[in-house]
Amino acid sequence: MNVHYISALLAVVVLGFLAYLGTEVLGLQSLFGIFIPYLAVCVFIVGAIMKVMNWAKSPVPFRIPTTCGQGKSLDWIAQNKIDNPSSTVGVVVRMFFEVLLFRSLFRNTKAGIKEGKITYEWEIFLWVGALAFHYSFLTVLVRHMRFFLEPVPYCIKIVETLDGFFQVGLPGVLLSGVVLLAAVLFLLARRVVMPQISYISLMADYFPLFLIIGIAGTGLYMRYFARVDVVAIKELTMGLVTFKASVPAGVNSIVFVHLFFVSVLFAYFPFSKLMHAGGIFLSPTRNMASNNRMVRHVNPWNPELKFHTYAAYEDDFREKMIEAGLPVDKEA
Amino acid sequence: MDIKPEEMINIDNKPPQKSWMDVRPDLSKGRYCYPSQPKALEYLGMPNPREWSPADDDWKLPPNWQEIIHEGFKERLGKYRSLKVFMDTCVRCGACADKCHFFIGTGDPKNMPVLRAELLRSVYRNDFTTAGKILGKLAGARKLTKDVIKEWFSYFYQCTECRRCSVFCPYGIDTAEITMMARELLHLLGISIHWIMDPVSNCTRTGNHLGIQPQNFKEIIEFFCEDIEEITGVAIEPSFNRKGAEILFITPSGDAFADPGTYSFMGYLMLFEAIGLDYTLSTYASEGGNFGLFTSSDMMKKLNAKMYHEARRLGVKFIIGGECGHMWRVLHQYMDTMNGPADFLEVPKSPITGTVFENAKSTKMIHIAEFTADLIKHNKLKLDPSRNDHLKVTFHDSCNPSRAMGLLDEPRYVLQNVCNYFYEMPPNTIRENTFCCGSGSGLNTEEIMELRLRGGLPRANAVKHVHEKYGVNMLACVCAIDRAVLPPLMDYWVPGVGVTGLHELVGNALILDGEGERTMNLRMEDLPGAEGDDDDE
Amino acid sequence: MTNDKPKIIAGLVIFVILVTCPMWINMGKNKPAPKLEMAAEAQAKGYCVLPKADMKEKHMQILDGWRNSVVRSGQRVYVNDQGKRFDMSLSNTCLECHTNKAEFCDKCHVYASVNPYCWDCHVNPKEK
Repeated sequence: MNVHYISALLAVVVLGFLAYLGTEVLGLQSLFGIFIPYLAVCVFIVGAIMKVMNWAKSPVPFRIPTTCGQGKSLDWIAQNKIDNPSSTVGVVVRMFFEVLLFRSLFRNTKAGIKEGKITYEWEIFLWVGALAFHYSFLTVLVRHMRFFLEPVPYCIKIVETLDGFFQVGLPGVLLSGVVLLAAVLFLLARRVVMPQISYISLMADYFPLFLIIGIAGTGLYMRYFARVDVVAIKELTMGLVTFKASVPAGVNSIVFVHLFFVSVLFAYFPFSKLMHAGGIFLSPTRNMASNNRMVRHVNPWNPELKFHTYAAYEDDFREKMIEAGLPVDKEA
Repeated sequence: MDIKPEEMINIDNKPPQKSWMDVRPDLSKGRYCYPSQPKALEYLGMPNPREWSPADDDWKLPPNWQEIIHEGFKERLGKYRSLKVFMDTCVRCGACADKCHFFIGTGDPKNMPVLRAELLRSVYRNDFTTAGKILGKLAGARKLTKDVIKEWFSYFYQCTECRRCSVFCPYGIDTAEITMMARELLHLLGISIHWIMDPVSNCTRTGNHLGIQPQNFKEIIEFFCEDIEEITGVAIEPSFNRKGAEILFITPSGDAFADPGTYSFMGYLMLFEAIGLDYTLSTYASEGGNFGLFTSSDMMKKLNAKMYHEARRLGVKFIIGGECGHMWRVLHQYMDTMNGPADFLEVPKSPITGTVFENAKSTKMIHIAEFTADLIKHNKLKLDPSRNDHLKVTFHDSCNPSRAMGLLDEPRYVLQNVCNYFYEMPPNTIRENTFCCGSGSGLNTEEIMELRLRGGLPRANAVKHVHEKYGVNMLACVCAIDRAVLPPLMDYWVPGVGVTGLHELVGNALILDGEGERTMNLRMEDLPGAEGDDDDE
Repeated sequence: MTNDKPKIIAGLVIFVILVTCPMWINMGKNKPAPKLEMAAEAQAKGYCVLPKADMKEKHMQILDGWRNSVVRSGQRVYVNDQGKRFDMSLSNTCLECHTNKAEFCDKCHVYASVNPYCWDCHVNPKEK
């Protein structure tokens, strides 16, 4: 328990109450259902673009890939073309593994000291947790397209069918939502329980976790416990995406809490560590080919610098060089 | 060392109760590198030369030091996308934490790469992000104070820029890059260490770290040749600063003046003699190492510029570089960009085998291990690996050739052809996962010996493993800093294991034309089994 | 330096297209929510198993309960709060009044992309 943890939790609880009271008591349905979602999406798009363009504005002066395997060398030495790519194709494959499968995280080990020896164990749980979190979130997001598309495309229905493959409970349990909540709780538990991770964690690390717990929690609550009018909700969301927004009657306040959490997440995204989603694409240790000695990389600000030339060196040591029988350019 | 190994390995890595922002750095004696001398900074034209000590309360910073850092930071954010992206994308997942040899060896949470970077990030947030300006500490931001500067000095000189963390980071955040930026910022205030700036200023003037003047450099090499003649009976006469040679050979000067690097130098000389290579050594470009890498990109460029400058002056076709770690980071990832294009050189082609080194077609500089591996592959060397039979060898991948180049299998191929007993250390400690010697990036200085031994613990521990399991008694490497710092590390953690350069082993196995029977190795130690000593092992 | 701005901008364009895809897929067309249409038979009857609001929210749970009761216990009679008795049968009780399955059931289910598997086994008597 520390200040970062508490303040993040508090912030999310306050946000939840704001939306609940705002719609339940103050009747600000239009604010929470229309204005804020629009604003959040605009902030998200504009903010993310500005952040990426800001990164792009700075040049990449040097080609600094981290090489994680044998480089391109003599013909008979097998190159690791993915972890030490020398071609664009290799880089694309490397980035594919990095972005979609979290390749580097997969390498994770845990160091320990046992009986006076340092040991390393393969530590796969962070990778599993991260993968579970991101892919379940993606699935949930894709499933939610049923609220934003009319008619609902077949592919979205397929995703939902697969997601509900086990046909348990009523309404049928969709795996992604449950996995999402479990994964995010796992990621939170890591931060709280592991002393080192707890030590480095900031409010900015806890806040999105609590926010996503809020989103997943309200979502699961609506689906499995509260009975909400799905047709009315879709009327609201379809109004948003067709720019004919209005708030229909019969939309429960919990829906607005859910929607508000999502809006906050969208608006918060560009200004936070969540931009790692964009950052990975621009990471020069991953997105560059290790063809340094084959293709010259140009630094746009490469400075002209005066260095100690041979002539200056010879001037300094000419006599001694002649004495030692070393060739010189200018005789004394 | 007062502390015994079995005590030192009892590492407490429980983080303190207080927030890391409130924990001040330990700058007691033995915990910091000596600061640079005013005369070195003056010679190099660097700011704020003065007498000071990190143990002092007052570091005699320039009056507008905060502004200098702020502007310096801003300038670097504008020049390096890496810095910007690495400041913004960390999610503090902690995957890097126990990948750092300094964290494993000290347990100090600020040696976790993530927290090391946060030392800089916290100031970045305060100065350059809206959230940091509004939320302050809650957003992980903090004001730049003199204590922060001291903390930077302490912890950015407890990072060897080995890039191991960047292998494991899901966003490829490279602490080496962050440390380089932080050190550049510190340089703006005149904060630097003697062990880096002295070599840099020496290197500028004389061409090498120790300030060996041309005539002495020549003498040293000639002395090696005398030894070689004594050992093999073959007289070698290398040339110096010779125009019209086909190849310029440059190796770290450590190979010229410090054992066991010297034996590798002898190995190079013997190799070139064996194949009749048309090459020359330069007294001007007599340093392959480049401590500019540990100073600033400008300094790196200035020191590196000498190589092409000399190659052009001598009119060689291409350059071969000796065994060195950080030297090869510079050569592989920076040289062509900084001082190229090398259009006055030719694409390296081995005059012996005809192999064209396509992988160096732009930079025109190849690694000696690539060159030798190619020679062996084409059966151009007469080798007697049994001369190394008293050695059970393991190989230490140096940080930079592994993680900034990918030179992994070439040295192994050479090793397996020059010695019969080769054993790998555990997979988590070799190749791209290799552990630093603990003293890279200019930290190979005596006054921080305990830190170095702690930083080198993961490497030593892996050696210990193969020492106990296979009886390994020789640690081979392709790095001059390794050759200088691994011997004390081995003596402390794994007594009984020696350190050798790759080409020392090559020199020992190599059969020169017209040589007599060898009774000694390059260290002038008697070879077991030689001179009627018949007890076969 | 290889200029990577075009690549970055292309990436951002893809990002914006993905984020805004619901807007341009719908092309701004107004697609109102379906209105529930009661069949004449239902209107004539004037009452259902439960009050309208409850039916709207809980019809799924009720049908699920009926199925379990019939299949597992063989109990086919449902008594509501008013003491009215109903045969627990989707085809015979529900669809007897709600003769317009397409209008009454399917419209909303399709709109909300809900796929009840009632019709995997049951048949609409009108479609026989």
